[in-house]
Amino acid sequence: MSGINVWISVVLYIIFAPIAGGLIAGIDRIISARMQGRVGPPLLQPFYDVFKLMAKESIAVNRQQKLYVFCFLFFVIVTGAIFFAGGDLLLAIFALTLASIFLIIAAYSTFSPYAYIGAEREMLQVMAYEPMVILTVVGMFMVTKSFNVLDIASYSQPLLYTLPGIFLGFLFILTIKFRKSPFDISMSHHAHQEIVRGVITEFSGPELAMVEVAHWYENVFLLGIVCLFFASNWIIAIVLAIVVYLLEIYIDNNNSRLKWQHTLGSAWIVALILGVGNIAFLALR
Amino acid sequence: MSYMPKSPWLVHYDASSCNGCDIEVLACLTPLYDVERFGILNIGNPKHADIFVVTGSVNEQNKSVIKNIYDQMPNPKVVVAVGACASSGGVFRECYNVQGGVDNVIPVDVYVPGCAARPEAIIDGVVQALGVLEGKYKNMVKVAK
Repeated sequence: MSGINVWISVVLYIIFAPIAGGLIAGIDRIISARMQGRVGPPLLQPFYDVFKLMAKESIAVNRQQKLYVFCFLFFVIVTGAIFFAGGDLLLAIFALTLASIFLIIAAYSTFSPYAYIGAEREMLQVMAYEPMVILTVVGMFMVTKSFNVLDIASYSQPLLYTLPGIFLGFLFILTIKFRKSPFDISMSHHAHQEIVRGVITEFSGPELAMVEVAHWYENVFLLGIVCLFFASNWIIAIVLAIVVYLLEIYIDNNNSRLKWQHTLGSAWIVALILGVGNIAFLALR
Repeated sequence: MSYMPKSPWLVHYDASSCNGCDIEVLACLTPLYDVERFGILNIGNPKHADIFVVTGSVNEQNKSVIKNIYDQMPNPKVVVAVGACASSGGVFRECYNVQGGVDNVIPVDVYVPGCAARPEAIIDGVVQALGVLEGKYKNMVKVAK
């Protein structure tokens, strides 16, 4: 993509990703409620929540905390901007990891016991999903011979045909990234407290709103990677992303939370069997 | 018109209640009443909450806890005293260890009567509290200006 087009897509992403992310969160809450036999909140409820949080008083434990949370939001936006501008996929993944690190530092900086446990559990989550994310990028590189999102997207054949194992492995860690049961060990997106939402215990008002908006940006980016597996036909790609998200909601409502040992163990086993297996198959072919 | 009344998150504290009112508070979250229809979440973390729902009477043991939770909540915030004990001390009012209602420790905005308070009454109380919350927010904005 040439100069001006890159900036147009970045601006479009920055404006429309939170709108899409918020709507996805709203649909998620309604479907979850229906699965539990409830009516559920209005579609725009996530937006009401964020606008309310922005209007609330901000109680920061210390000065750095706000900066760290802002950096979390900023680097999540950078991740998506690199991705949707057709940039380097590997760089986008590293920016996302940096963003997660800022969230962990923000939690640590508060010196609260719950935030400490939450930060530790968040770190375990990062350890759990990171190998599979890297393997996904490596797999895409081995097929298309490029780390460039634009080259991967314009590859003639859908990646799903050559990377079925990696796709399934990526679905597995997507449950962790979307913060859904059974792997929502550090920051469940449902109304919980204490250890299950340890990371955000000490954030209030505008900071919590920033964490929420960052989560929307992140979800849109992750669904973008799902679309990449079928990028040659964008209608099928979007249908695939919708089906994947519905599957995640279904899994979320049908599982109880696992211990962190199980999260870490199962994520690594899946990365080893599906991820490494698929790459070994590609290499030996 | 702010977004305050559209997304009230509440923190619920059981101050030496007999659990009658607590069960009714939790009943509001069930499919029959489903308070999430109004965006109400039982958030459980005072730093995220807008509405403080207290059940049961105040005694020496939980006085400091109630005050602590109230102080940790960011402004604007409202307090709903659910049940006879939280409103006035109820049948335990004259006990040697009971101080009376929640309003002995923190300012209460809405009193929900009943022993135990019915879920309908609790929802009605919370919805009334939303009006108070909106008023407090407007006042906060006015003071800031």
